[in-house]
Amino acid sequence: MAGFDKVVSSYEEAMAGLEDNMTVIAGGFGLCGIPENLIAEIKRKGTKGLTLVSNNCGVDDFGLGVLLPDRQIKKIVASYVGENAEFERQMMAGELEVELTPQGTLAEKMRAGGAGIPAFFTATGYGTPVAEGKEERNFNGRDYILEESITGDFAIVKAWKADRYGNLVFRKTARNFNPLAATAGKITVVEVEEIVEVGELDPDQIHTPGIYVNRLILGTFEKRIEQRTVRQSSHNSAE
Amino acid sequence: MALSREQIAQRVAQELHDGYYVNLGIGIPTLVANYVPTDIEVMLQSENGLLGMGQFPTEDEIDADLINAGKQTVTMAKGASIFDSAESFAMIRGGHVDLTVLGAFEVDVNGNIASYMIPGKLIKGMGGAMDLVAGADNIIVTMTHASKHGVSKLLSNCSLPLTGKGCIKKVLTDLAFIEIKDGKFYLLERAPGVSIEEIVKLTDGELVVHDNVPEMQF
Repeated sequence: MAGFDKVVSSYEEAMAGLEDNMTVIAGGFGLCGIPENLIAEIKRKGTKGLTLVSNNCGVDDFGLGVLLPDRQIKKIVASYVGENAEFERQMMAGELEVELTPQGTLAEKMRAGGAGIPAFFTATGYGTPVAEGKEERNFNGRDYILEESITGDFAIVKAWKADRYGNLVFRKTARNFNPLAATAGKITVVEVEEIVEVGELDPDQIHTPGIYVNRLILGTFEKRIEQRTVRQSSHNSAE
Repeated sequence: MALSREQIAQRVAQELHDGYYVNLGIGIPTLVANYVPTDIEVMLQSENGLLGMGQFPTEDEIDADLINAGKQTVTMAKGASIFDSAESFAMIRGGHVDLTVLGAFEVDVNGNIASYMIPGKLIKGMGGAMDLVAGADNIIVTMTHASKHGVSKLLSNCSLPLTGKGCIKKVLTDLAFIEIKDGKFYLLERAPGVSIEEIVKLTDGELVVHDNVPEMQF
């Protein structure tokens, strides 16, 4: 590896240094834009006691759900979970700690963490179970709660395209939490569908600058669809 | 007669205005998209990072990288834009979305809403609902007026853990269109053929009924 070239050649190398009890921030929404091969590598490594920060926790046999059977996750910080049976079982049995966090607060926690902002006030969650134990303050007649930001030992990210310096471009709604996760990892690992030479990406079109990226790997992706919904014809209807 | 899910959606659609940016929750709110009047333009926001959500794709158009907040495959409307989740919630929290429509388990006379958690049952999470109710000024809650067993969902005080405090001003149920202000429910409209007595009977919180409450028009 030389200069700003972030490309690594194996998934083992990509996730090197991940140890038990670390915090991992993952991009993705549902199964869309998830770093599926980096998750598979964590499963292969067998790392345990992980705290995972991700909007969701995958399904039984795909996404972060694959880390459940071997009890690799100690705690998950997420906004919406329970799309899989093993998750439900572990949560109900008290084997898995779940910290439910409003989706916008979760995104902002990552953004703030990556930007060196330790905490922020938000109206979201005021007067609800989310506010328990948190500082409250009134600004201009409105009530807010103090939410602390999040950083991770690792961030795992899926982008569409990158150059060798780790400048990233995302595709459609597979962007979601990925650019935020990318900023908030001490070590940010990104897997992509295509790596181009430096200079090939238009600087005006880069979503995440390479400064946030430590390791970059080329992958192939299943891109499983959670809710395949189609319309029959050109009939103008949402059902 | 009580409104069907489609009729609830149809009545909500009458509250849309030309040039509105709208966020529709999962369930009945999603159906509102089917009844947008043809003479106005609205743009649908999906909180996973899409403004300008289009209809569902044909088999050929399916793209795993393009879904809505319900994780369904979708398409993009002309003029759509894509952004990350923090940007998406900046729109929501910053009050830039003109109308939010979402479901609930309970609403009370103080504008409190409970919609994400029934203690003792499986808790799946609030998703973006807490952000949406805290960030939007103009919210319509859609739900059935009472449970199948006749237990009111329009209460003096929500019994379930809250999704948001003091943030709901309008509720459209299968029986009535209701406004919330000054710690009371106000009956604005009733479903066609539904009596005021029936609505009063199934409303637990204080309900103000003026003379000549109109029936909803479709």
